[in-house]
Amino acid sequence: MSVPLIALREVTRCFGHGAAAFQALRGVDLSIEAGEFVAIMGPSGSGKSLLMNILGCLDTPSGGSYRFQGLEVDSLDRDQRALLRRHALGFIFQGFNLLARTSAQENVELPLLYRGEPAARRHLLAREALAAVGLEGWGHHTPAELSGGQQQRVAIARALVTEPSVLLADEPTGNLDTERSREIMDLLVALNRDKGLTVVMVTHEADMAEYAHRIVRLVDGRIASDVRRAAPVCSEGA
Amino acid sequence: MLWNAVLLALREIRRNLMRSFLTILGIVIGVSAVITMVTLGNGATRAVSDQISSLGSNLLIVRPGQQLGPGRDSAGAASFRVADADAVRSQVSGLAAAVPVSGKSVTLVAMARNWSSSVTGSTADWFATGKWQITSGRIFNEAEERAGAAVCVIGETVRKELFGGLDAVGQQVRVKQFSCEVIGLLASKGQSTMGNDQDDLVVMPLRTLQRRLTGSVDVGSLMISVRDGASIDAAKSEVMWLMRERRHIDPGDNDDFSVMDTRQIAETLSGTTRVLTGLLGAVAAVSLLVGGIGIMNIMLVSVTERTREIGIRLAIGAREGEVLLQFLIEAVALSSLGGMVGIVLATLASIAGTALMKVPYLFDPVINLLSFGFSAAIGVIFGYVPARRAARLDPIEALRHE
Repeated sequence: MSVPLIALREVTRCFGHGAAAFQALRGVDLSIEAGEFVAIMGPSGSGKSLLMNILGCLDTPSGGSYRFQGLEVDSLDRDQRALLRRHALGFIFQGFNLLARTSAQENVELPLLYRGEPAARRHLLAREALAAVGLEGWGHHTPAELSGGQQQRVAIARALVTEPSVLLADEPTGNLDTERSREIMDLLVALNRDKGLTVVMVTHEADMAEYAHRIVRLVDGRIASDVRRAAPVCSEGA
Repeated sequence: MLWNAVLLALREIRRNLMRSFLTILGIVIGVSAVITMVTLGNGATRAVSDQISSLGSNLLIVRPGQQLGPGRDSAGAASFRVADADAVRSQVSGLAAAVPVSGKSVTLVAMARNWSSSVTGSTADWFATGKWQITSGRIFNEAEERAGAAVCVIGETVRKELFGGLDAVGQQVRVKQFSCEVIGLLASKGQSTMGNDQDDLVVMPLRTLQRRLTGSVDVGSLMISVRDGASIDAAKSEVMWLMRERRHIDPGDNDDFSVMDTRQIAETLSGTTRVLTGLLGAVAAVSLLVGGIGIMNIMLVSVTERTREIGIRLAIGAREGEVLLQFLIEAVALSSLGGMVGIVLATLASIAGTALMKVPYLFDPVINLLSFGFSAAIGVIFGYVPARRAARLDPIEALRHE
């Protein structure tokens, strides 16, 4: 059997020391294969965003092991984790986190700049990525000139322009109305179905979780349930 | 990586035009104020010392009465006589010349124009002693001196006021009630640092002045020039002893005359201008400081925004070093641009200011570098340090920064 894309074993995350110490994650075991569409659900404070940040190498676990494509992430230093984010991970956030006063085109080009892609290729890839999320011709608009849904599309384009192995989405529809939310979810589903993109999404809305093929429920820092709902998508030939 | 960082930094500057402009403004004001003030002060100091050296660097001036200090009475002191100058010349060693000088304010009339000026009466040696040049005509000779002839040498201002465009040599000028022939024209020395016009004078033989204008044999002061290489201090003390003797001052009594040397005058005057330069510099340093605080404010106010931005950059895969390099380049670019604009403005203001004040323009590299360095350091430190702190956070902490 092939190595899973993401493998967490006994992952814990503590804040504070001594009596004030608080364990936000209390031993999470989770394995995600390439091509899955996983929703992580749970009430506030269940540690779902924290888990997402650990998956995205934005935060480091206090204990346990995290292997990404078989690579022990805990053994990496800051810069190596940055390179992993640059080359293998795409991130979208509830608050979009686009650079203000910067055009959509430039926002999408940003990760390519850090990759050192030449200008012509940067422009081309960014235009293609914007087109893929349905924002063809919106490249010169700044985030302030775009609606929330459009901003999240730009963020998705920015996450996808580097062709990552996995897209990590932290409450991607949290700031959007139902209509916009559905559009974003349809986009994620399409990307998962058509391009085989692995999607891991944190949400507290059951409606949104419906789009996923697997729902992991987190309660008090532990996995309470892990349900596969539909036929698995694009299994790894095993 | 470097080129990328430059590109990112330039984008950042363009994206935050207002912030960039305010940062630059603080540096520009600070740098240009300090440089301009110090350059003007240096120019004034130089002008003073130039003027002193135009007097001659080895000059003693003897006047009746004590000139300096409170409670000193100069009213009762007797004037000098021509004999005093002769005695100095013959008895004090190491002198180039010792000339008696008297003066009087008069109204001059020529060609139906009149002009108030002052007449100086002295000997022919006066011209060399005071380092005056003749541009046209000649100075008076010994025969004219002895005879008290009605001849005079005039300064450039007097010529202009009385004769307009004419070369005055050979013309007659009416000095009070007698007519006097202009035999020479002095080269212009321009305005003195104290603001008076050095070219506004008429020079005639001392005897002419005494007989026809003052009606007495008194001499106002003695001008003594020491030979090159001879000790000015030795000459000064010899003159003092000689004068005490001639004026019958008992041992223990105070002098009723004073001997000043030009070096002393120069030190007094340039000391004053140096203090003024220091004051101007201090005021300007305050503006540099205020500019610096402005830079700090702008940089610190934008820390929240920048911290989030750094979080975004880290989240999409920027390394700490890349983010820092970008912010460093941005800070250096803004600071040096501000510094350069400041230096250019300061140079223009200094050139205009020195021209207006009629003092020489002196480029002072030290103050240019110093003020540039200070503002640039503030810009770089306050642009870079908060960025460094942010870039060392975990990306998620930077993203959450409020």
